[in-house]
Amino acid sequence: MKLRVERDVLAEAVAWAVRGLSQRPPVPVLAGVLLEATEDGLTLSAFDYEVSAKVTVDADVEEPGTVLVLGRLLADISKSLPHKPIELVSEGSKVQVTCGSAKFSLQSMPTGEYPTLPENPEPTGVIGGDVFTQAVAQVSVAADRGDTLPILTGVRIEVQGNKLTLLATDRYRLAMREVLWNGGDENAEYAALVPARTLDSLAKALGAAGSVSLSLSGASTGSGLAGFEAGQRRMTTRLLDGDYPKVTSLFPTSVDTTAVVETAMLVEAAKRVSLVAERNMPVRLRFGDDAVRIEAGTGEDAQASETFEARIEGPELEIAFSPQFLLDGLGVVGTKYVRLGFTQPTRPAVLSGQDELDGEADDSYRYLIMPVRFAN
Amino acid sequence: MILHIDMDAFYASASLIERPDLLGQPVIVGGAGRGVVLSATYEARRSGVSSGMPMGRARRLCPDAVVLAPDYDLYTQISGSIMHLFSQVTPLVEPISLDEAFLDVGGVCNGPESAAALGHELRDAVADEQGITCSVGVAPMKFVAKLASTSAKPDGLRLVRQDEVLDFLHPLPVEALWGVGASTQEKLHTLGLRTVGDIAHLPQRTLVRSLGQASGTTLHRLAWGHDERRVVPHEPERSIGSDETFGEDLDDPVLIKRHLLKLSDRVAARMRSAEVAGRTVVLKVRFSDFTTITRSRTLSEHTDVSREVYAVAAQLFDALGLQRARIRLVGVRVQGLTDRRLTSRQGKLGEREFGWQEADRAVDRASARFGAGIVRPASLVG
Repeated sequence: MKLRVERDVLAEAVAWAVRGLSQRPPVPVLAGVLLEATEDGLTLSAFDYEVSAKVTVDADVEEPGTVLVLGRLLADISKSLPHKPIELVSEGSKVQVTCGSAKFSLQSMPTGEYPTLPENPEPTGVIGGDVFTQAVAQVSVAADRGDTLPILTGVRIEVQGNKLTLLATDRYRLAMREVLWNGGDENAEYAALVPARTLDSLAKALGAAGSVSLSLSGASTGSGLAGFEAGQRRMTTRLLDGDYPKVTSLFPTSVDTTAVVETAMLVEAAKRVSLVAERNMPVRLRFGDDAVRIEAGTGEDAQASETFEARIEGPELEIAFSPQFLLDGLGVVGTKYVRLGFTQPTRPAVLSGQDELDGEADDSYRYLIMPVRFAN
Repeated sequence: MILHIDMDAFYASASLIERPDLLGQPVIVGGAGRGVVLSATYEARRSGVSSGMPMGRARRLCPDAVVLAPDYDLYTQISGSIMHLFSQVTPLVEPISLDEAFLDVGGVCNGPESAAALGHELRDAVADEQGITCSVGVAPMKFVAKLASTSAKPDGLRLVRQDEVLDFLHPLPVEALWGVGASTQEKLHTLGLRTVGDIAHLPQRTLVRSLGQASGTTLHRLAWGHDERRVVPHEPERSIGSDETFGEDLDDPVLIKRHLLKLSDRVAARMRSAEVAGRTVVLKVRFSDFTTITRSRTLSEHTDVSREVYAVAAQLFDALGLQRARIRLVGVRVQGLTDRRLTSRQGKLGEREFGWQEADRAVDRASARFGAGIVRPASLVG
């Protein structure tokens, strides 16, 4: 193998490909990044049995070939090289990296032992990168981080023609986002359960620019994979198995009290008062008289409270939430105002976005949050 | 001055309140069958019975003794009244356990004699109100007060004035000092040190060399009657637990878990009746060779729900990965208790309005009316 590549191009591609690599891979070769030089350019691949990442960049290939070198090492090296073209040459069991006056000689690992990367399955639809990134961030925040129920660590993506519904819950909150995509087949109906952590980092990795092709039919086609492509970047991830609980019915059909507040104000206030909330203790909110009062702490310890304007309809209500769960939802709603809907202090509340104080609620994103109950 | 007040044979005396017919007889409070002695009346102690002794041995030493099962609710209740009584005298009450406390009476007494007079008053008040006796040590420092109350037992009071401290302390055996357990005691004995006076007269450097900096320095200071520890009023680090010694050693995990369920049920019921909830569940397992291990897990939220306590206890037991090891005793304990009214519970989506928490309370009400055990898990019926 012999090729020449721009320093920034290589540095960015390697950094992108190895970002998901484990520090302690199950087998040593998985610490590697596979470099394949063909007439189409240079393709870099990384794989950890769960997720595969593959990116092709322009390169001036003199001799095609394939080598496997330590991924993180190559990423560190290319990042530190001067801004000059880089030459990669394989010589026996070594790979020479030359850039200006800098020379590195890397041990190449046996490519024969490297697992075959899964092929990206055929895309089933296309979505804007910005919409996809936001939707994934909005939903994955509610996925379970524990390991008691593996299916809850996933984001369920339901396809109904041109509509995608993303869902995640950890039993304390439930996030649901509906987006439009170009799904081709208008009658298509299928679903995929993608590990939330992977999906979140993958959506960030693919970036918000341009569009993303998704392949979500892996559960029905039997490949067990979901595929994602944005430009020259391609990723696959293993799907989770199992029947996702029917959760959409948890959203209340109607609410009695609604409150519209400025998102940033509620976020700031919740962060401030939660400073005095002991571990696992909630913040308490009271909605009434066109104001929301948020407070935390107990009589025996420090207390904090803050009151600000809110547009409230319906009966007064006092309710308590885990500050983290509340902030998670507020942090991803992405609109200037947030609308909160309640039935009772012991029943879940619905949070959704709203652009104008007097506008309509935007129900494309809904975050259902279960309150904290006091013992007495 | 500091008072150390210690109830005499607390569990036994308290149990006798409900069994006045047994007054004057040897009585042992402890687990049935192969458990250990929790407390014994002085009549039983005269035959050599002491706390912590296996029941079998106690019965052999004192075959006439009447054995009573412990009634923790009663003890907790009496203890609460006693601590309340103390707090009427001074706000500086430091409860050490259910049946002993330090009181700093420096602010309310002027001089040792008035402190001793207060000690007598408290002894009378406890006897009048609760019908049990206690012993009081009065001294200028905490550890001396404790030693004084021990020397006054049972049913007595001992005053150690500032100028009497060394005379009182030095003839005592080394193990009387705080922090001297079996291993330190052995080290001290090898050095030829038998009494507190011996320690006091050994150069501190020598003591530090053999016991280490911290413990050497502390012991030397204690031996000269220096103890700056103050009486810190606080709630005792409470925990609620229950042990069970099996009739014969068990190795069947199914049976053992059934006992864990019973203990968890009992512990959680006691937590509910004391209106507390806890976060840390501790499992204790004693094997047939008497080696004892404990394992604990802290939950994300406080609980007083029988099932949740049991679930953790069972997980801890499974995590031991025992291959049919023979087990003599298991215990379940919940720590990190706080007032239940101050605890909160993160709800779960889709959960029923009334869950196990409410079911437990219904069981408690049924038990209060028809007797303990009227409603219990199906696996414990029969």
